[in-house]
Amino acid sequence: MYFDSLEALLYMDGHGGFVWAAYAITLVVIVALLIAPRRRQKKLLAQLAGELRRERGAPSHSPTAVEGDTHASGS
Amino acid sequence: MSAPSVPAFCMRLLRRQLVLAVRRPVEIGNPLLFFAMVVALFPLGLGPAPDRLADFAPGILWIIALLSNLLTSDAVFRSDFDDGSLEQLLLSPQPLYFSVFAYVCAHWLVTGLLLALVSPVFALMLNLPVAGIAALFFSLLLGTAVLSLVGGIGAALTVGLKRGGMLISLLILPLYMPVLIFGTAAVKAAVDGAPAGPYLAILGAMLSLAIALAPIATAAGLRISVDA
Amino acid sequence: MWTFFHKLGSPPWLYGISGSILRYLLPLTLLGLVVGAVWGLLYTSPDFRQGNSYRIIYIHVPSAVVALAGYYVMATAGAVSLIWKMKMADIAMKSCAPIGAALTFVALVTGAIWGKPTWGTWWVWDARITSMLILLFLYLGVIALYEAYDNKEAASKACAVLSLVGTVNIPIIYKSVDWWYSLHQPASIKFTGESTIHPSMLYPLLLMIICFYALFTCALLMNMRSEILSRERRTKWVRKLAAGEGN
Repeated sequence: MYFDSLEALLYMDGHGGFVWAAYAITLVVIVALLIAPRRRQKKLLAQLAGELRRERGAPSHSPTAVEGDTHASGS
Repeated sequence: MSAPSVPAFCMRLLRRQLVLAVRRPVEIGNPLLFFAMVVALFPLGLGPAPDRLADFAPGILWIIALLSNLLTSDAVFRSDFDDGSLEQLLLSPQPLYFSVFAYVCAHWLVTGLLLALVSPVFALMLNLPVAGIAALFFSLLLGTAVLSLVGGIGAALTVGLKRGGMLISLLILPLYMPVLIFGTAAVKAAVDGAPAGPYLAILGAMLSLAIALAPIATAAGLRISVDA
Repeated sequence: MWTFFHKLGSPPWLYGISGSILRYLLPLTLLGLVVGAVWGLLYTSPDFRQGNSYRIIYIHVPSAVVALAGYYVMATAGAVSLIWKMKMADIAMKSCAPIGAALTFVALVTGAIWGKPTWGTWWVWDARITSMLILLFLYLGVIALYEAYDNKEAASKACAVLSLVGTVNIPIIYKSVDWWYSLHQPASIKFTGESTIHPSMLYPLLLMIICFYALFTCALLMNMRSEILSRERRTKWVRKLAAGEGN
């Protein structure tokens, strides 16, 4: 360990602000890089799951209605 | 009826483009007018001190030439895309490389060549030393040809888009930078009394590379735009 | 050999294998980044000329290196997708652009922050900085072009052409900017030579470079996975996956 204390580490002989700012910005960008695709994927899957549930949940109600509709228009 | 040979076909295309351009002289005049107006902006913004303007003149003139080339390159394929003749061109038996080259040539003849021809007038207005004028003319002559070729790529990639205008500048301005560097360097060298030849030679090398490669990319871009 | 390429073209296979790669690679990468950062920040002695501000090197250089390499990955993927019409190469190319742009941005910002204590100014029109800025423009151009197209298939083809044009241009841009700078170099700023780097500073730097490459790979795979799902959303396997996830 090069620094004696936490303060010395944070201060870094006057360069602390620059060094820590650079690392903080990098951290933010890396986190954003890794989180963005994960969030997109989650959203997409949830959306698809919702669609599927609607399709599967629907058969008891709407498909019959649709069938009835086509019948009505056909006859 | 047999298909015309490649050179004959390209000459016809070139003539067609030039005739279209000459029929609308205002469109030819617009880039020149743009050039003149922006030249007038610089003394207003930088102050009229002659020596300072002379210092900046090579950069100013080259940047304006670059911008007016950029603004016109958007329209190279636009009207032919809209009326469907571009689709005909893609179906023709002649290699697209040469047809694209004819389009770009026509664009250069009505913008780059004219800009180079009128540039000495504006150079004098900006107090560019007389020693630099020949270098400016020849560097613009070679450089704008590169710009037209590279601009053709951007035009081909964006021709199918509704809002291509701004996008094309984002795509091709980074590619224009080497030309700008060597174009201004040639003029500066001539002003300082150094030989401008080496810089013009590099511009010529860029032009050769652009002639060899840019039409390929432009042709690919046109196929993509027409298919989309 | 050929079956491998066939598998590479199959979205469910790629989705599965990238998932299992990520399961190991991502924690390893994050661990490596933390170790490298702690090593660089705490356990190296300061540079005798620049003091502690040089510690930015451990993120600045890796991000710059990987940002540049990323462009070539993107262009190669673009070439593969244009020549062999491989869908996965297409997806890889599209996924490279935002990561490369982000890393270029990091390199520029950390460079600017490093420049302030070292040269006394945030920005210098130095050859390398200017080239990185142009690289950022090239990346942003690719992203802008992709977003401008409604037809995503045409969008990726157009981006592939653009990235290939950029590849031809990068060496020219780099050389000309380098030359331009040597012509105009102001005498007030002197750059310290790089050959003097001490081994104790070099090892964490190498670790960080490797980790940034791994980070690029992880982010690329993750972007590709979400892109695969979005493009294959109408297929059976994605619906099955979604059904499993939803319940």
